[in-house]
This record gives sequence, C-alpha cells and structure tokens, in this order.
Amino acid sequence: MIVSFLQSVIRFSTVFLYGAVGETITEKSGNLNLGIPGIMCMGGAGGVIGGVMYINSLPDPEVMTWAGAILVPVFMSMFFALLGGLIYSFLTVTLRCNQNVTGLALTTFGIGFLAFVGSKFGTTYSRGMSLISRYFRQSFSFAADLEAFGQLFFSYGILVYSAIIIAIITAVIIKKTRTGLNLRAVGENPATADAAGISVTKYKYGATLIGSMIAGLGGLFYIIDKSAGNIEYTIDTYGWMAVALVIFTIWRTNWAILGSLIFAMLYLLPTFVAVSFAQMELIKMVPYLVTIIVLIITSIRNGKEKQPPASLGTTYFREER
Amino acid sequence: MHNGSKQREPFFHIAKRTNLQPWKAFAIRAAAVVAALLVSSVVSSIITDGEGIGEFFANLFDGVFGTERRILNLFQNTAILLCLALAVTFAFKMKFWNIGAEGQTLAGGLACVACIQYMGGKVPEGILILIMAVCSVAASIIWAVIPAIFKAKWNTNETLFTLMMNYIAMQLVACCIFVWVPSGSGVLGVLNHGHFPQIGGYNYILNIIIVALLTVLSYIYFRYSKHGYELSVVGESENTAKYIGINVKKVIIRTMIISGAFCGIAGLLLVAGTDHSLNTNTVAGRGFTGILVAWLGKFNPFFMCGTAMLYVFIDQGARQVATAFGMGGSFSSLITGIFFFFVIGCEFFVNYKVKFSSSRKFRIRQNGTQFPQGGVPAAQETESAEKVKEVNA
Repeated sequence: MIVSFLQSVIRFSTVFLYGAVGETITEKSGNLNLGIPGIMCMGGAGGVIGGVMYINSLPDPEVMTWAGAILVPVFMSMFFALLGGLIYSFLTVTLRCNQNVTGLALTTFGIGFLAFVGSKFGTTYSRGMSLISRYFRQSFSFAADLEAFGQLFFSYGILVYSAIIIAIITAVIIKKTRTGLNLRAVGENPATADAAGISVTKYKYGATLIGSMIAGLGGLFYIIDKSAGNIEYTIDTYGWMAVALVIFTIWRTNWAILGSLIFAMLYLLPTFVAVSFAQMELIKMVPYLVTIIVLIITSIRNGKEKQPPASLGTTYFREER
Repeated sequence: MHNGSKQREPFFHIAKRTNLQPWKAFAIRAAAVVAALLVSSVVSSIITDGEGIGEFFANLFDGVFGTERRILNLFQNTAILLCLALAVTFAFKMKFWNIGAEGQTLAGGLACVACIQYMGGKVPEGILILIMAVCSVAASIIWAVIPAIFKAKWNTNETLFTLMMNYIAMQLVACCIFVWVPSGSGVLGVLNHGHFPQIGGYNYILNIIIVALLTVLSYIYFRYSKHGYELSVVGESENTAKYIGINVKKVIIRTMIISGAFCGIAGLLLVAGTDHSLNTNTVAGRGFTGILVAWLGKFNPFFMCGTAMLYVFIDQGARQVATAFGMGGSFSSLITGIFFFFVIGCEFFVNYKVKFSSSRKFRIRQNGTQFPQGGVPAAQETESAEKVKEVNA
C-alpha cells in the first residue's frame, strides 16, 4: 500500500518537475512565462502527433522498435513546445509585448491546440498510442527482483529518470557555469548585462526556448506515461502548479525534485486516504495554500538569495531609460 | 566590439514612437484583426482538409448574428467579460497584476449559491437578490484584498498569489457542491430561486444594463476622481506617489477592494443572471481573457467595450464554425489564440517604429585602421544625424 502510493507519487511528480524546471530556466532570464501551461499542452499534443506519425509510417502497426517509438514522439513534443516558446519569445523579446498578456494568450492557444489534436486523433489511434506508451513505461528488468526497493527506485519509465537528470544538470549550469552566471545577470538587470557585453536577446530567447522544450516533455509524460497513452485534457492545471512550484522551490531546480514530490504527494493523498468527496477537494487545496505560505514567508524574510530575478516580468528595450 | 571583427550596420533600427495619429494606430489594429481572421480561415481550411475560406466567414458571422438569440448572447457574453475586464483594470492601472479575477468571481458566485441554498424560498425574491449581491461582493472583496494586503505590507508577488487564490476558490466550490448535492454526483443542478427578473421579455437585459452602468462609473472614477488620479500615479511610479504624499499601501488595498467588488458583481450576474447554477468552470477562463481584453482596450472602459465585443464575436463565431465543420468546441480556443497573438503583436507596430537601414552598408573597422585621424567619417555622421532626426520626428 505505502509502496504503491509512493510509487505513484514519484511517477506523478515528474509532470511538475518538467514544468518547474522549464519555467525556472525561463524565469532566470527575466521572462515570466505564464504560457507554460499552454506550452505543456502543446508538448503533449506534439507527442500525440509524433506518435500518430510514427504509427502511420509503420508497415505493421503492431511491430514497433524502441528507438522509433520513443524518439519520434519526444522529438515532435519538443518541436511543438519549441514553437510555443518561439511565439512567446518573439512577441515578448523581439516585439516587446507585455509578458503576462502574451503568456495568458499562449495558454489559451495551447489548451485549444491539445483539445483539437485530441479530438482529431484520440479515438482512432488509441490502440497505437497505448502500444507506444508501453515503450515509454518500460523500466529496468531487475526491478521486480529487488521487491519494495526495486519498485520504489527502478520501476519507472525513461522520462522519469531523465527529468531528474535534467533538473540536476540545470541546477549545476545555473549555479556553477559562466553561461548560468550570464543568464542570471540578464534576469537580474538586463541593462547592466547588456553593458557588460552579454547579448540579452540571445539569452532570453535561449532560456525561453530550452525551458519550453523541457516543459513540453512534461505534457508528453503526462499523456504517454502517466495516462498510458490516453489523451487527457487536465494538463494546464498541472502547468499552473508547476508555475507555483517554481516559487515554492525559490528558483532552484535541484530543490524542485523534492518540491515536485511534495506537490504530487499532496495531490494524490486524497485518492489513497479513504475520505468523502468533499474532504478530498479540501485536501487538494493544500498545495496551493502551501505555495502561498512559502510566497509570504520568502517575501517577509526578504533574503537576497531567495528573491525572484529582479527584472522578472519586464521587457527590456535598450533605448529606454 | 572585439579586435579585428567587422561591425556591420544593423539591418534595421527600432525606435520608440512618440506621437502616432489615432487613426493610424486604429488602422494598424484593424489590419491585425483582419490578418488574424485570414490566417484563422486558412488554418481551418488546412485542418479540415479543404473547407472553403468563404464558408469560414459565412459561419463566423452566422454564429454571431444568425438569430435573435445569438445576438442577445453576444451582448450577454460581452457584458460578463467586460465586467471582469473592468475589475482587473482597477488593479492593472496601478501595475498590480491581478490574475485572480477567476477566483474572485467564483468566490462571489459561491456566496450567491450559498444564499440561495440556505435562504431560497424563505425570503422574498427581491430581498434574496439583494442579500446575494451583498454576500457576493463581500466574498469577492475578501478574495481580492488578501493578496493586496500582503503586497502592500511585504511586497509579496501578487501575480502568483492571486493565481493560487484561483485554485483555492475552485477547490472550495468543488467541496461545497459535494456538501450541497447529497447524491455525490458533484454537479449542482439549476437553482429555482434568486433569478434576475426578465426585462421586456428577454433574459440577460438586467446584466447588460448593470455592466453598462459600471462601465460609465469606472470611466468617471478613472478620469475625474482623486482616487483615479492617485491610482494612476502609483502605477506610473511608486516613488513619485510617495514623494507627493500618496499613501501607496492605502491605494493598493482600496483599489483591490473595488476590483474585488466588480468581480463580486460578475459572480452575481453569472449566478443570478445567466447560469442559475455553479461549477468550477463557471467563469470559464474569462478572468484571464478579461486581462487580455482590458490590455487591448488600453485600460479605457469605453475602448474595452469594443475589445470585449470583438473577442466574444470571434469566440462565438468560431464555435459556430467548429460546429459547421464538425471539429469540436476546442477549435474556437485555437482561433481566439491566433487572434490574440496578432493583436498583441500589432501593439509593437503601434509603439515602435522600424527603420530599415539604407542599402549602403557601412563597415566600421576597429583599431583605427581605416580612420587613422581618429575622427568619425563624414558619411557615418550624417547617417546617425538622420537617425536622430527620425527619432525626433
């Protein structure tokens, strides 16, 4: 019981982790991308399109190869998420539009896009998608031999492990490398970074696009691994929770691993504890309450290390004083 | 500027516009709307494997103006959206990013339904509606003022705070519905009490009148009242506001109370005027759409009428297109998404001027190899002088 609960928590946390890591990278460049829920939807939709493309390319839809079943959906998922990020960064960085407004529009678009793709392919390709899902959920063969320990740590698909790896690599890059330092400089004070010879445009584009691709994988994971290939339309809610998670973990992707576990635990708790429906809905409120409390505490304590990037949410125009 | 590298004259130059004639700005925006519709029609033609572009426009207009009921729906939807857009405008004028209109409205709607649940049938309808109005506004104010207090006191990030408050309101609604509906289906049926009276035989007329009144009132508030002045000063520069003796904290909290009150009225309109029920999706993202509408309307209540109606027109029309082409309701969010990208993007051309460089390419060499005297060549000087003139023009 406990093991299966923790297992589903770890699996579910991956959705939040991808979204939060993607959003953290984006926010570090000073772009508050409220389009992340939409981008995750687009990533999920892209994964479905990739799956459909792969199924259509096969002579016999029952015979798949590991590489094709994994790589085509992943590539297409990242491609569509990239498109979403490109729309956002073109509008906010090049055209200097308002970030919040652009992000919200992107979320509207992404939700519509996923729903559209789902209604177009959802029923026709459900069998093929569940076959592809099997490749994604394939775990280490020795997991079963190790009983509880194996189930807890080695029973997940490829996307779960890559999420944790991406989170750790991102944390190291942001904290330890020159690229990370430049990125933080752009997010804190773009004018100063510009004066120091750092290309603000390049970093803003780069961070937003990479962040979008990572977040898109979260949408892919939710559809293809968590829901076993069924197209679900609740991704945007998890996207907003991922945005909350970024604050919860005060812009650190290594902490996001733990944070996403906590969020997933709070989210799944009501389904494992036998309570009434009404209490269930109340327990689901807890992640949001906790985020608010973290938000308040970080703002009251006002430590330098725990603040959002100073220029978060503002567009940069060099000639503006 | 690295050693030995050749610096190329940038391909184009971006300068801020200072004074654009209103008709030109309007023309740019109208062009964006037309472009958005054209792109949408092409997209729909592609994804439906060749439905005609003419069909797209015919259905678009039919969906909005086809029947009397559809026209009434256009006004009704515009009214609700405009009410929410007005609510967020109060906050945005002082650069308080309230993205919690969704939750604030739901809190108001929940209060209304609670009144109906516990008082429906026991008090006369007119009094019930009054009680509902008071409770709804009070609940929404509570929802709006909590983030405002923390923003005023500790500068807590209001964007994310209000966002989280949305979900708390949603969960609260879901929870209350399970309490009120004993069957456990989680769906609240149509409520029999607390309906707005019909005016002239039509529903929704009262909604439209109330929102029209609110629009005028908020215009007067922004334009002619001291409060409105104070809040726009806070929006422009908090330091200036402090310097001239405006109590910024007070302004933030006061303005959010008004913003919340407007959301409460929207909640009342939704429960008493249109839906007569409540679920977590009653507001249906209009809290977010309201932000876009307000921003596109330049936070001017009268412009916002236009942008709200334009949005509802496209949304409602696209739904009809989706039905006609057999594509499901999600198609309309695709179209409205495209519409938003275009109209948001076109603001760039309203605010900035793009000047393409002349075909002559200047190559400035570093290290003074080309200009040994150290002086700037005459040609470049005139070029930059021209630019200065353009910027000033």
